[in-house]
Amino acid sequence: MLYADTVVGDTLVHKINNVMIMLVLGLVIFSFFGLNDTIFGEFMRPVIGEPTESGILGNIAIGLVMSILFTGNIVLIGFLPFRFQVFAVWIELVLLFLTFFYSFGLNFEFIRSKIWFMISQGVFTTLYISAISIMLASIVAIFGAVAKLSSNGFAFAIASFYTSFFRGLPLLMQVYLIYLGLPQMGYVIDAVPAGILALTLCYGAYMTEIFRAGIQSINKGQWEASRSMGFGFGLTMRRIILPQAMPLIIPPTGNQFIAMLKDSSLVSVIGVWELMFLARTLGNKDFRHMEMLITAALIYWCLSMCLEFIQSRIERHYRTISH
Amino acid sequence: MSEPIIQMIGVSKWYGTFKALTNINFEVNEGDRIVVCGPSGSGKSTMIRTLNWLEAHQEGTIIVNGIEMHEKMQNVDQVRMDIGMVFQHFNLFPHMTVLQNLMAGPMWVRGIKEEEARKTAMKFLDRVRIPEQADKYPGQLSGGQQQRVAIARSLCMSPKVMLFDEPTSALDPEMVSEVLDTMVELAKGGMTMVCVTHEMGFAKAVADRVIFMDEGQIVEESDPISFFDNPQHERTKNFLGQILQH
Repeated sequence: MLYADTVVGDTLVHKINNVMIMLVLGLVIFSFFGLNDTIFGEFMRPVIGEPTESGILGNIAIGLVMSILFTGNIVLIGFLPFRFQVFAVWIELVLLFLTFFYSFGLNFEFIRSKIWFMISQGVFTTLYISAISIMLASIVAIFGAVAKLSSNGFAFAIASFYTSFFRGLPLLMQVYLIYLGLPQMGYVIDAVPAGILALTLCYGAYMTEIFRAGIQSINKGQWEASRSMGFGFGLTMRRIILPQAMPLIIPPTGNQFIAMLKDSSLVSVIGVWELMFLARTLGNKDFRHMEMLITAALIYWCLSMCLEFIQSRIERHYRTISH
Repeated sequence: MSEPIIQMIGVSKWYGTFKALTNINFEVNEGDRIVVCGPSGSGKSTMIRTLNWLEAHQEGTIIVNGIEMHEKMQNVDQVRMDIGMVFQHFNLFPHMTVLQNLMAGPMWVRGIKEEEARKTAMKFLDRVRIPEQADKYPGQLSGGQQQRVAIARSLCMSPKVMLFDEPTSALDPEMVSEVLDTMVELAKGGMTMVCVTHEMGFAKAVADRVIFMDEGQIVEESDPISFFDNPQHERTKNFLGQILQH
């Protein structure tokens, strides 16, 4: 958490001015949307009569009720302690999203018939492509970082060319270049290795910069102490510098892993049967695109949340051993 | 008498165009206890750091243990193993326990077995009087304790000479004496030492030679009694006047 001030003011959403502003804004916005032909209009039928004929006054009446409900809800949540507040807001936002999805009139029978295949084939492929790629990218990044900090002209030139090139091209284009370009040179590459190679090279370039920053943040005194005891460069790097840089490297690396999980969807363009590919193709035959896309979206989100959780555990682990 | 452990002959060093060391000549024989002092910016830290080549010199010759230090040398790690160095800011490895800090050097570069390394480590932790801190991390110790661990860490490598670069300057006043006591004991044990320090009490008690540096040059070099009672140079007199005032 940020620095917490010891002075605690009134709760923002309980200040009378703010409550008034919320009420008025709510009234204006909800009225503006003209909700009398929606489900809210039906609820208000006893007050406003036939909703579609209630006109502007009907809209305003609905807006007023919605605005009072909305503001009352926020004021009530304002009374809760922090943890419950977070919980309540999360639940409400999730419900709103689900209502949004629900309003598409999705065919759940269709989703149920496909979801097992999406998970067994799609999630599995997505996860193993991402996991292999992030591991290879970390190895590339260590060498890239050392090369970028090196006083050797060749090493620096190659490393800086590499990061510049692979950070400078769209990942989608790299996927195409590797999958379609390597066969031009006489080497036919399968879709999965091509995807892994593209993800590794691209993320290796980003992570090179993360590792470089981590290594550079270690105090020069650590190098001096280590070298003055007769430790060589490699030993110093492996046993002294990298272990200390790890706590700094891991949070952004976790971030990269989450990003990669989703960018692995780009390898669907070369026909790898991962989550995105299945989401696009499974719904094709029956024109059920939305069903599959929303299912895939929710699966991606769940996977990301799992990774976030794991990342926070690892961070905590490193925080405790460094103190 | 045997070969000196350290010889500096006409050593000069530049940082860019700034001349940090000018024509430094001195030698350290086995068992010597040398204190280097001088005003801030006088080049004394730079001088001691060239001895194990944490800093490169550009002119003159530095010979340590019979090996000349220069930029093409292949065996710099071999030379550094035999030179213990204690830093102003301790520079312990914060991700390792005290014991691991002490065992790392002997195990990783001397090839000593873990059991033996542990025994040696505990012996030196006893000698600096903090054996009970063996399993703590450096961040959990006071500054004085950290510096004593740093001294023990160097001793575990069984060095031929110990270099001290202002070992007490970063310490709170009440912790200075525990570190100085450790250093005095070390000196009495016959360790060859070069200390950059402002602790004149330590110099009087322990040193058999005091070197006074100013503006990158050795201004005066003498035994402690004549250094303090009868300084020859104007700059030495000024310096001593300033630090002994209080």
